[in-house]
Amino acid sequence: MQLNSNVPSGPIAEKWDKHRFDMKLVNPANKRKYDVIIVGTGLAGASAAATMGELGYNVKAFTYHDSARRAHSIAAQGGINAAKNYQNDGDSVFRLFYDTVKGGDFRSREANVYRLAQISLNIIDQAVAQGVPFAREYGGLLANRSFGGAQVSRTFYARGQTGQQLLLGAYQALERQVGAGTVELSTRHEMMDVIVVDGVARGIVTRDLVSGGIESFTADAVVLATGGYSNVFFLSTNAKHCNVTATWRAHRRGAGFANPCYTQIHPTCIPPSGEYQSKLTLMSESLRNDGRIWVPKDAGDTRRARDIPEGERDYYLERFYPSFGNLSPRDIASRRAKEMVDSGHGVGELKNGVYLDFKDAIARLGRDAISERYGNLFEMYQKITGESPYETPMRIYPAPHYTMGGLWVDYDLMTNVPGLFAIGEANFSDHGANRLGASALMQGLADGYFVIPLTIGNYLARVPKKPIPTDHAAVKDTEREVKEKLDSLMAVNGSRTVDSFHIELGRLMWNACGMERSREGLEDALRRIPELREEFWRDVRVPGSAADLNQSLEKAGRVADFMEFAEVMCHDALTRDESCGAHYRVEHTTEDGEARRDDENFAHAAVWEFRGVGEAPVRHEEALVFENVQLSTRSYK
Amino acid sequence: MKLTLHVWRQSGPNDPGRHERYEADDVSEHMSFLEMLDVVNERLVGQGEEPIAFEHDCREGICGSCGMMINGVPHGPKTLTTACQLHMRSFRDGDEIWIDPWRATAFPVLKDLVVDRSGFDRIIASGGYISVRTGSAPDGNAIPVPKDNADAAFDAATCIGCGACVAACPNASAMLFTSAKVAHLAQVPQGQAERWDRVLAMVDRHDAEGFGNCTNHGACQTACPKGISIDYIAQLNRDLIRATLRARPVEAGRDA
Ligand SMILES: Cc1cc2nc3c(=O)[nH]c(=O)nc-3n(C[C@H](O)[C@H](O)[C@H](O)COP(=O)(O)OP(=O)(O)OC[C@H]3O[C@@H](n4cnc5c(N)ncnc54)[C@H](O)[C@@H]3O)c2cc1C
Ligand code: SF4
Ligand code: FES
Repeated sequence: MQLNSNVPSGPIAEKWDKHRFDMKLVNPANKRKYDVIIVGTGLAGASAAATMGELGYNVKAFTYHDSARRAHSIAAQGGINAAKNYQNDGDSVFRLFYDTVKGGDFRSREANVYRLAQISLNIIDQAVAQGVPFAREYGGLLANRSFGGAQVSRTFYARGQTGQQLLLGAYQALERQVGAGTVELSTRHEMMDVIVVDGVARGIVTRDLVSGGIESFTADAVVLATGGYSNVFFLSTNAKHCNVTATWRAHRRGAGFANPCYTQIHPTCIPPSGEYQSKLTLMSESLRNDGRIWVPKDAGDTRRARDIPEGERDYYLERFYPSFGNLSPRDIASRRAKEMVDSGHGVGELKNGVYLDFKDAIARLGRDAISERYGNLFEMYQKITGESPYETPMRIYPAPHYTMGGLWVDYDLMTNVPGLFAIGEANFSDHGANRLGASALMQGLADGYFVIPLTIGNYLARVPKKPIPTDHAAVKDTEREVKEKLDSLMAVNGSRTVDSFHIELGRLMWNACGMERSREGLEDALRRIPELREEFWRDVRVPGSAADLNQSLEKAGRVADFMEFAEVMCHDALTRDESCGAHYRVEHTTEDGEARRDDENFAHAAVWEFRGVGEAPVRHEEALVFENVQLSTRSYK
Repeated sequence: MKLTLHVWRQSGPNDPGRHERYEADDVSEHMSFLEMLDVVNERLVGQGEEPIAFEHDCREGICGSCGMMINGVPHGPKTLTTACQLHMRSFRDGDEIWIDPWRATAFPVLKDLVVDRSGFDRIIASGGYISVRTGSAPDGNAIPVPKDNADAAFDAATCIGCGACVAACPNASAMLFTSAKVAHLAQVPQGQAERWDRVLAMVDRHDAEGFGNCTNHGACQTACPKGISIDYIAQLNRDLIRATLRARPVEAGRDA
């Protein structure tokens, strides 16, 4: 596997500029001769499709949703970062770059991150011009807040619905191009595989989710903007349909999968209420600004929160981390909560949460002030749990939230398969081992609006233009394989539902490869996943027909891919014999239980090569060189 | 609690469809409405039957995928709440619940509770945007927007495109949806250049999609899970009149 990051030479601040100058350009009149396929219409895909359509490329976009507006990006709450320094509080492109590299625990590629910080400025301008109603100050200027432990206020937001407003902006830009005829958008079409001809990505095979029809589309380049894979855990904050199929299928066709074990857990979600739980709901992290986290001192205490006297409460984050307290970083707050629940201090009917208490804040600031800040979140919480956070403390617990791992890409966001690109959460590029709050929206839009529309030209201008007939052998073979897989899923006709398998896999992964990982647990998981996968293929039941709208079949295909993907995730977690960022190996901790990095042996991205289902994948490395940021150890004591 | 469900089952657009009766025992008050359906579906699959097809994704009231008539009311009995955020504590042991898809000519049923809402996308494609080429935007703070305008634009922009307004309307009009977008973009300075063309194009598309006329029933506003106000329709109508007056001379010129 060839892994050349293709990072331009020169000082970091000039790389992107220099690269734009060195790039080959496609003549404007020729652009419409190039077909570009974009799979996914979330922030990354919609912004890419709109921009490339506008530039004149012939774009074909695909989403399994009924509308581009429904992508998971719609659910992002908190905000989007940009180094505008509108607050004059010392922010700069370099500071955003530095914070992102450090926040990623020194496991990302400097040059990509620097470009991201540079482009962050343009994103805000673009969104404002599209009419995105960001929060404003009374003078009419854009408002900011600080987010996720940053020392500057650089987060732009639209109440608690930033993702919604940004996605609607990108979606409207996309629909404008659909209206103009530059983008052909196929909704309710799921990509089932990538067509690779002579080692080059030349198209995709899709399933029409209404008719069940299998179709092939060919193009000069394929862009995957298909989001993250947190749903390997079954329960996560991701939308129900988020899955790994597109990137996994690309991986099976030769694309390297980088750092699959880097998954982020969010500390403040509503804990499950029963076996039927279908997903988890995030409660914005901003709540930790005013809420105090505690559990009863006595394990097994069953009294109601208000009956537990002050002296019998353990405000454990304040106890462990006197200076950061309730605002300790995501991974630390998450692990400590798990510790409390595991040692029997959990609260709620199922004893599966910790309290986030606003009593003191209400006493200090008044109910109105708290309602002004968190009113909509409190309402949402009450809708779900039936309890009012004004009266009784919230119950929270960590949940899988974001995946930093993804397809390996070079500086141009191209995978190691020529012609195959990956953008947004689907690639591995910018967040290292841990993503900072409000940086995913920034990355998705940077990739889609400003990077890929240029870098794809650099690729297209260099390769000979050679159309692929739809009856080409590679096309037909891929189509046949897709059909065979669907037929075999239908044919099993076993006794267990798809969900029951997904839940079982999710539980296994959460225990072995979730918040904490150990050699023992991972080795055990690597024994059990193949068994579960074998049982899935022996005993799953998919009713209905493949030639029809069939939601069970859709789920079955995705879970089948998770069953294969889970293994490489565990391999990655096992071979990364260090702790870094969100990857926490119990064997590698400092005396006070914090993650201990091993820069000597692991300052690299691990890139996996597929060798067959059940075969051990091959691990490759891209060495990470830090020339502009000094490696250091974080401390929140 | 135990519930009796009467769920609309329709195998495809050409199937006449019918209600099927299902007993849901063992429903917990903490379940969401969709989780209750999940449990029913798991049992159906276990019996080798096809599960009830319904749309959903975020399950937190923001993506606009879910939507069904619950006892004749879009998204069910709780105001300002999508079906995915409705919890079973809103029901009582022994309740009978009738579940139907959105019913509107412009929203044909694809299967069971799944309908085709692509008409909404085409209304947006006809003009529900601000034309701004990527990269050509001025600095974000170049044009201050008074906070009140920004907040008002935001309120209109929170529509999730679920279609409950259409389902609630006796004329199956999509005016609440259309007006929310028109109002959002008309309230920011960036949206002024295309303001008049936009409203004309969007209303044209709305009618061409087969959505009905608005006769001010107000059922849409009551059904809307996001509290989109019917005032936006009045605002749209004002813009529409102005736009039509502005458009006339040009058209007259063309005719002559
Ligand atoms: C609850 C929540 C809150 C968040 N809040 C924030 C925040 O405040 N700030 C922040 O920066 N980030 C936040 N994030 C993270 C951020 O929302 C996501 O990382 C980001 O939106 C991902 O965008 P995307 O375009 O890469 O993918 P997505 O939005 O997930 O889009 C994926 C697209 O791919 C399509 N797709 C996938 N597979 C296929 C296939 N096989 N065939 C066809 N189509 C396919 C889907 O239909 C969809 O259109 C949050 C995440 C969650 C879960
Ligand atoms: S206006 Fe309200 S009911 Fe209509 S689509 Fe928008 S959110 Fe749904
Ligand atoms: S599932 Fe997204 S709004 Fe209900």
